[in-house]
Amino acid sequence: MVYTRRFDFPAWGWRSAFEEMDRMKKDMNRLFGSLTGRYSPASGSGVFPMLNLTEDKDRYYVRAELPGVSPEALEIHVTGKNLSIAGERKISAENAKYHRREREAGKFSRIIGLPGNVDGDKIEARLTDGLLTVIIPKAEAEKPRQIQVK
Amino acid sequence: MATETQELQVREKQEVKPTAEPTKPGLMFTPAVDIFETDREITLLADIPGVKVRDLNIDLKESVLTLSGDVAPFEGADEQDILVEYEVGRYFRQFTIPEVIDQSKIDANLRDGVLRLTLPKLEKAAPRKIAVKTA
Repeated sequence: MVYTRRFDFPAWGWRSAFEEMDRMKKDMNRLFGSLTGRYSPASGSGVFPMLNLTEDKDRYYVRAELPGVSPEALEIHVTGKNLSIAGERKISAENAKYHRREREAGKFSRIIGLPGNVDGDKIEARLTDGLLTVIIPKAEAEKPRQIQVK
Repeated sequence: MATETQELQVREKQEVKPTAEPTKPGLMFTPAVDIFETDREITLLADIPGVKVRDLNIDLKESVLTLSGDVAPFEGADEQDILVEYEVGRYFRQFTIPEVIDQSKIDANLRDGVLRLTLPKLEKAAPRKIAVKTA
């Protein structure tokens, strides 16, 4: 039952069985990307920000690394089963001689479909140390229920 | 400004293979940095999301600057992965600093996952303007 649900999301890897294959795929993509000079998104949807989604009995957890993004610059919405995260990362230009410039600024927006129904009223989002955590309680009907055997 | 309206692109975290064998298991990543220099100081900005102040080590020894940061595990014990797009691990990066740095005035500031490191140059290394007198 768990597996059929997960097969609805073919692009999603899950750590236990396919981690190693994902890593190989990533390495191959990186290799071919560098040969052809064309960037190919290695994992996921290729849309910023990259997200990790986990669940426990009662909640889903969506996490993203957003260093340097202030909470005011983030907009998070939930519509039905879809969670949207949008925002902007600003980097002020310094009046100095740059030696390296690897950090990037810009706008982003991404929508992710959650695997089950959620309780939209009790969603909590936290941004600490550049890590965004959105905690989404599952709808009552989605929670596993233990059946007492008499 | 044109750069501010552009869309952010996904950039995969760059994994590093340590030169020495690590004692701790786990992945290691290279943080993205900006480095810029004025007459007085060199400033380094590094993206190290998830690193707390107590887990961050900055070391300047014989003109080699070493940044390393541990990310404390933040997932609950019974959480199960559904989708994994990025991996979490330590951050590590080294730089050679050619200038003479005034070690006593180094300033480090960690905010929202971004480290701002200010390395002031030693006074004598700062350029001094020499007035040219006309005879």
